[in-house]
Amino acid sequence: MSRNDRLFHPILATLQRELLLGLRNPGAVLNPLFFFVIATSLFPLGGSANPEWLGSIAPGVIWVMALLSVMLSMESLFRNDFEDGSLEVLLLSPQPLYFHVLMKVVGHWLLSGLPIAVLSPLLAYMLALPTVGYYPLIYGLLLGTPTLSLIGAIGTALTVGIGRSGLLLAVIVLPLCIPVLVFGAGLVETALVGLPVRGIASVMGAMLVGAVIGAPLAISAALRISVN
Amino acid sequence: MTQPLIHTHKLSCERDERMLFTDLELTLHAGEAIHLAGSNGSGKTTLLRILADLNHDFTGEFSWQGKLVQHSPMAHEDYRLNMFYLGHSPGISRALTPLQNLTWFCALQGIDSENEEQILEVLRIQGLAGYENLPCYQLSAGQQRRVSLARLFLTNARLWLLDEPFTALDKQAVKELEAKVSTFVRGGGSVVLTTHHELRLDCPLRELNLDHPAQTLHEFAEEGR
Repeated sequence: MSRNDRLFHPILATLQRELLLGLRNPGAVLNPLFFFVIATSLFPLGGSANPEWLGSIAPGVIWVMALLSVMLSMESLFRNDFEDGSLEVLLLSPQPLYFHVLMKVVGHWLLSGLPIAVLSPLLAYMLALPTVGYYPLIYGLLLGTPTLSLIGAIGTALTVGIGRSGLLLAVIVLPLCIPVLVFGAGLVETALVGLPVRGIASVMGAMLVGAVIGAPLAISAALRISVN
Repeated sequence: MTQPLIHTHKLSCERDERMLFTDLELTLHAGEAIHLAGSNGSGKTTLLRILADLNHDFTGEFSWQGKLVQHSPMAHEDYRLNMFYLGHSPGISRALTPLQNLTWFCALQGIDSENEEQILEVLRIQGLAGYENLPCYQLSAGQQRRVSLARLFLTNARLWLLDEPFTALDKQAVKELEAKVSTFVRGGGSVVLTTHHELRLDCPLRELNLDHPAQTLHEFAEEGR
């Protein structure tokens, strides 16, 4: 095997395993999505059915619910692997842990962030978001949810050793997610008033690149501490 | 004298203001097995986890084939390719099938990926024929343990660190595992294991008792020379 095969084959196996685990445990994948849809659909019921008012809160509501839904799904990222010892196997693999955790987060995002982005037009329609806001909403979510997953994974890795950690996780992670939320909702708002959105999209892209480069380092270090 | 596979120098570990062991000098050559003995809480698991590079709360150093593991990335990678650690938790995912678990393990260890036949053969040896495609949570505790131990038949590692490998196994499986360990050691492999079960191994075996480290450790280091 060439040196590349020695790296790529194992990390693709980790990605494949993450997707298999998701399929084997559909509840953990579907619950955050149900939460996203149901919680968002409460706003027209609890607030007002006035389309103008709904359209004006739609970007913020959808983004906040996407953020909470991603956080809800993060809890399961390392929990089972920690309990059954697979995490130790992963830590002891000869390849750099960086790529393995990156693949785990990618696999997790494919089953959490990506479906959120796919479902978002449905909810945007329900909240009477003006049509011009649809594309910025979708690609904003496509750029933003992976960043949220990567940041969330740092918190999950730090708290995996201490049992039920829902609130602690939120306290650690939510403040770090605020920039993504501000820019993500801002992207849609800007598009609604007809201003160019390229600058904001670039900032979100930059945050994603930064998270892809930096977060796996923090996640790896946090996992080593948690398993220690 | 050949170079030892593992050598620890002045290894000390403290837990909750109690010294588990101090200045431990442990030398392990190829073709040797060490049985870590000691009462509950004497630090057997901690020592194994230090050797497996999972626990870093220790002072002193340990080297793999003459190279310090902590400070050299190359030695680190080489060590991970050649070391197999079996901990208290099985290291297999309950949601996945034995076949999926072992395929992932083989991929991580860089074992040829075209080996589904080989994995099925190993599962057959472990008495798990017919269970390959059932999720592990449907298997009994002993069967899950066998899936975990099947990794011993797949890995190319030269050093095995086994923490209580006989837990939950039936008598027949215990015999088979003892035979497997003996064959491995006679073939030039090295094993450090803990167990409270009376070992019947057909290979060179030394015992390190962590309950009386002060006296035994020096004798132990002498023996190792």
